[in-house]
Amino acid sequence: MTRGGKKAGRQESGGPEFKASMSTRYGLDKAFTALVTGAALVGVVVLALLLADVVRDGSTMLSPEFLTSFPSQVFPEKGGIYPALIGSLWLLGLTGLISVPLGLGAAVYLEEYAEDTRINRIIEINISNLAGVPSVIYGLLGLGIFVQLLAPVTGGGSVLTGALTLSLLILPVIIVATREALRAIPGSIREGGYALGATQWEVIWSHLLPRALPGALTGIILALSRAVGEAAPILVVGVSLYQTYVTAGPFDGYMALPTQIYDWISRPQQVFQDSAAAGIVVAMVVLLLANSFAIWLRNRYQQRS
Amino acid sequence: MAIREGTRSGAEAWERNSRGREARERVMKFLLTACAYLSIFTTFGIVIVLFEETSRFFLEVSPVEFLTSTQWAPPQGEFGVLPLVYGTLMATVIAIGVALPVGLLTAIYLSEYAPRGLRRWLKPALEILAGVPTVVYGYFALTFITPLFRESVFPGIESFNAISAGLIMGMMIIPTVASVSEDAIYAVPLSLREGAYALGATRRETATKIVVPAALSGIVAAVILGISRAIGETMIVTIAMGAQANWLGSPLDGMQAMTAYIVQVVGGETPRGSITYESIFAVGSALFLMTLVLNLASYWFVRRYRETY
Repeated sequence: MTRGGKKAGRQESGGPEFKASMSTRYGLDKAFTALVTGAALVGVVVLALLLADVVRDGSTMLSPEFLTSFPSQVFPEKGGIYPALIGSLWLLGLTGLISVPLGLGAAVYLEEYAEDTRINRIIEINISNLAGVPSVIYGLLGLGIFVQLLAPVTGGGSVLTGALTLSLLILPVIIVATREALRAIPGSIREGGYALGATQWEVIWSHLLPRALPGALTGIILALSRAVGEAAPILVVGVSLYQTYVTAGPFDGYMALPTQIYDWISRPQQVFQDSAAAGIVVAMVVLLLANSFAIWLRNRYQQRS
Repeated sequence: MAIREGTRSGAEAWERNSRGREARERVMKFLLTACAYLSIFTTFGIVIVLFEETSRFFLEVSPVEFLTSTQWAPPQGEFGVLPLVYGTLMATVIAIGVALPVGLLTAIYLSEYAPRGLRRWLKPALEILAGVPTVVYGYFALTFITPLFRESVFPGIESFNAISAGLIMGMMIIPTVASVSEDAIYAVPLSLREGAYALGATRRETATKIVVPAALSGIVAAVILGISRAIGETMIVTIAMGAQANWLGSPLDGMQAMTAYIVQVVGGETPRGSITYESIFAVGSALFLMTLVLNLASYWFVRRYRETY
């Protein structure tokens, strides 16, 4: 052991630190507390700065008409986000209709039916891997499958194609959230159901799903709000950057809020930059409300159980 | 038979019901299984779509040129992917440079320091930060951070540049790094902390010399996941980093990331089947492989810390 020789040079790290004076150690402790507290506040400060910045930039364009007008190249200061807003609502609705049943189904299978076989393990690893695939790659998948291969069914670059692409993107998130909610249900609930003669599906339908719903709902809302905020995948599968009509059916073309914002950002004139900021304010208000509701729901649910 | 005749209505009702129930069980199980298998089809779909178009691309451009040339100029038929990879990695390194220290310290704060009440507010705030659409971050980098840099420390900064995009991308992945690291730190048994305190260690010494090393594989997983998200991020780099491939450019200059190239091409009028159109799938394949390796590595590290405790 030659540690004695090193001691002098290693006042602050490794074993010999008990030699350092207590005041040094407590001083370092205080400094570290300040450091971690500061780091934890970075996120909150950035969020506040960002909100203040977009509200300041967007205030000139924000008005009730902004919500009900079409974007305009001729009179940009009178433009609005109406078709983009409607398009995003279509995306939200269709994506929810497609992804929620599929996600719940897959989660129920993996949690309640699947045995520990090779194929089921592969499915599990596969889902966690799909959660990490970049969203723009889902766009390329949608372009190859829904826009081209299935064009007769989906109508090519329709809002349905956009929703199908976004559904595949958020399915892993919904599956993971629902599985966690199902796992939190005690086994006695299942056993009680079986003891009364219920079949497996009856137990799932009447006992497990209602109980898992609040927890799953949090994941579903967060996933859907992510889907609505995505720009990259729908840019790849052909969202309109400008159209003169409002989306009225699943096979129509569509505009969307994030891509409308992107289109405005990429134009140099100040009025478009301000429009982008105003669009961001609208999008952020909607998403913050949705996410806060989801988090509130989970906190309430966690307190009860 | 006679007995059955006698109790006809009751027995038959039960049997019919039972047969119906069995059929419903089978149908439901089949449907649920199909839902789970959909994920396999999704992966196959991604691989097949990418492979098909990429192989067409490689009929015209040699894979060696694609992977080794440093010239990227699709209109001139120059398809060396390295400048795009450089742009992606530049933004990623800057982002991780911010997100690793801030995210890890945040995780330590949340798990070891935060009072319960504050923790209940901070964690949701982080989740909301993670839920901000990336176009919003892009706008913020372009119209707030870049002008701020120009007026203060970097007067010569370009309008589109890697440092603003990377910095804001770092903010975007702080929640990922923080939340996965915190799970790992939280999983460290209390007895290890108590042992450290019993030996006279201070709070900082316990956190940095006992808890963090014990949670290391989870923290590594968090960082890998953060890198993977940064590589795949699209709108921030498209909006704030520019659309000009730039091999070995400075962080203050504009450059193009792999994802930004894909968005640039689909935004233009590129006919299907052209070499430029096929090139986005080749770039997409490279992107997919990079994130796949990182995701699998992260999965492996997460499992390792789960097994330890």
